Amino acid sequence: MSQYVLRRLLIAIPSLLGISAVLFFVLALAPGDPFSELATNPNVPPEVQAALRAKFGLDDPIYLRYVHWLNAMLHGDWGFSFVSRMDVDKLILQRLPTTLFVIGSAQILALLIAIPVGVYAATKPYSLFDQIANTLAFVGFSLPTFFTGILFILIFSVTLDWLPFVYTTDIKATGIRWVLEMIRQAIMPVAVLGLFQAASMTRFVRSAMLDVIRLDYVTTARAKGLGQAKVIVKHVMRNAMIPVVTLIALQIPAVFGGAIVTEQIFRIPGIGSLLISSILSNDTPVVMAVTFVFACLVVLFNLIADILYGWLDPRISFR
Amino acid sequence: MAPLLEIKGLKTHFSTDDGILQAVDGVDISINRGETLCVVGESGCGKTVTAMSILKLIAMPPGRIAAGQIIFEGRDLVPLTSNQLDEIRAKEIGFIFQEPMTSLNPVLTIGEQIAESLRRHEAVTKKQALDRTIEMLKLVQIPNAEGRVHNYPHQFSGGMRQRVMIAMALACKPKLIIADEPTTALDVTIQAQILDLLQDMKERFGMAVMLITHAMGVVAETAQRVVVMYAGKVVEEAGVDELFGDPRHPYTQGLIRSIPRIDLDSEHKTRLEAIGGSVPILINPPVGCRFAPRCKFAMNVCTEKEPLLREIAPGHRMACHLGDTSLGGAS
Repeated sequence: MSQYVLRRLLIAIPSLLGISAVLFFVLALAPGDPFSELATNPNVPPEVQAALRAKFGLDDPIYLRYVHWLNAMLHGDWGFSFVSRMDVDKLILQRLPTTLFVIGSAQILALLIAIPVGVYAATKPYSLFDQIANTLAFVGFSLPTFFTGILFILIFSVTLDWLPFVYTTDIKATGIRWVLEMIRQAIMPVAVLGLFQAASMTRFVRSAMLDVIRLDYVTTARAKGLGQAKVIVKHVMRNAMIPVVTLIALQIPAVFGGAIVTEQIFRIPGIGSLLISSILSNDTPVVMAVTFVFACLVVLFNLIADILYGWLDPRISFR
Repeated sequence: MAPLLEIKGLKTHFSTDDGILQAVDGVDISINRGETLCVVGESGCGKTVTAMSILKLIAMPPGRIAAGQIIFEGRDLVPLTSNQLDEIRAKEIGFIFQEPMTSLNPVLTIGEQIAESLRRHEAVTKKQALDRTIEMLKLVQIPNAEGRVHNYPHQFSGGMRQRVMIAMALACKPKLIIADEPTTALDVTIQAQILDLLQDMKERFGMAVMLITHAMGVVAETAQRVVVMYAGKVVEEAGVDELFGDPRHPYTQGLIRSIPRIDLDSEHKTRLEAIGGSVPILINPPVGCRFAPRCKFAMNVCTEKEPLLREIAPGHRMACHLGDTSLGGAS
């Protein structure tokens, strides 16, 4: 097992190298760089600009710049954000907790909705409950988060004035009041993201359950007189959850991507809005670092999915 | 003495897009204590549905027990709810299924799957259930039972899995075992072993066995009494010697003639006989005898009037107009 993980991590190194190279070259093709702003600034003379560009190696051939970046990265130097005037790793670490809090809560909400609803719908296929759940799920994943997000803001913030629509990290309160404020401002983004996730997950849980519920060993379990609840939980769910868990683990990087939009709508100062603002302000080191972190997440969660799969299904062994 | 299980006029219907499928249409079967009863018939004749109806293991909906009684030890099972039946499932009536490869849960150890039945029906601790499970595995001759009890189904061969299924069905020492084609998915050498084991267990625990099969060889080897089913109905019922010695229904005769013989020398060998045609679709079946379109002896009356099951000799019943004197000697 530990050997398997070690080998998978070693295999991850070349793929991460490849990803970083592609990211770097694509970003280099994009117009603008951190100093393009200086060019429009009349207070900075052209010779100073040229000196700065030479100092930071911006006019070097692209492969040299990549090697330079890689070398720095390996030494733990993530670069410097010219826009925020601070180190990129500090900037990311500052933004990450907010994103993790919102995405984590949304995922938990999605699971809390999707698993019971999907399981119950599958035990009574084509019943009224199942039809309603299916319809809502269909509506749920047809509506993009930028639509539902704005709709929520319109209803709950503008019209009803129940919830704040701007997310702040510096709440001016302490103790229980701070906790309440945190919850209040997180409700809408978590609901928007969580319900969207829940919609597709519900359908997936339902179909995974239906695939298993017809199988012979479920009849065997029924023939033992175990009772409906135990048959469903112990025999059907235990098997149906194998693909579901894998899917969820594989989806998590995509959730980070989806969260970018939600973070923009609710002005959540997370890693997604950091990425967007960096792209807009040509802050290449930050864009590079954030996209690279996303790439690492994809590789990591692929590994986690495989490990979970082997842990849940005894027929799979790690070799 | 009253039979252990008595099925009376059972009708199990399935609703499909094309109409009501009458999978089992008025079946009477009874099993005495300690008896081995074989139910034979070709695929789709309703043998499995009959067996599954006893404990309501068919999918409902679309399945439905439309009529009839299933009397087990003097109690009708048909009106019982699934929860009430749970007290009888495995404890009073055990089930062995056809496909050992798919009838065991792949993510649970076989020990867990046998023990859960014990823990459901008997007041035993985890440790006692484990000991009993190991004992059962030894009884069905699984080598190294103490070690194997913690293995998963995929670590066993098909024959071994069927032994596990038998151990599971026997765990609570039920009075009746229903074995639905327990050897069909196994190769021939293993088939004989499993049948021997089943016979052995039956004698040891003194239970009744309802063996569902389409293999006449299996019937000859194991049964005391035989019920022949065709298209959702019982067509003939007799003791095993009587049935093989003096089959009366044309369908039974056809079945017996279709058994390959290796005891005849080459001059006497004839081409194996097959029954022409196929089983009718049981949605809006025709009136009269359902076997008539395939029957060599079909008469006019056969397509007009349904033959009823009648006793032609003590313990020998059949449903055919042939030799029925009440029709005015029309044979």
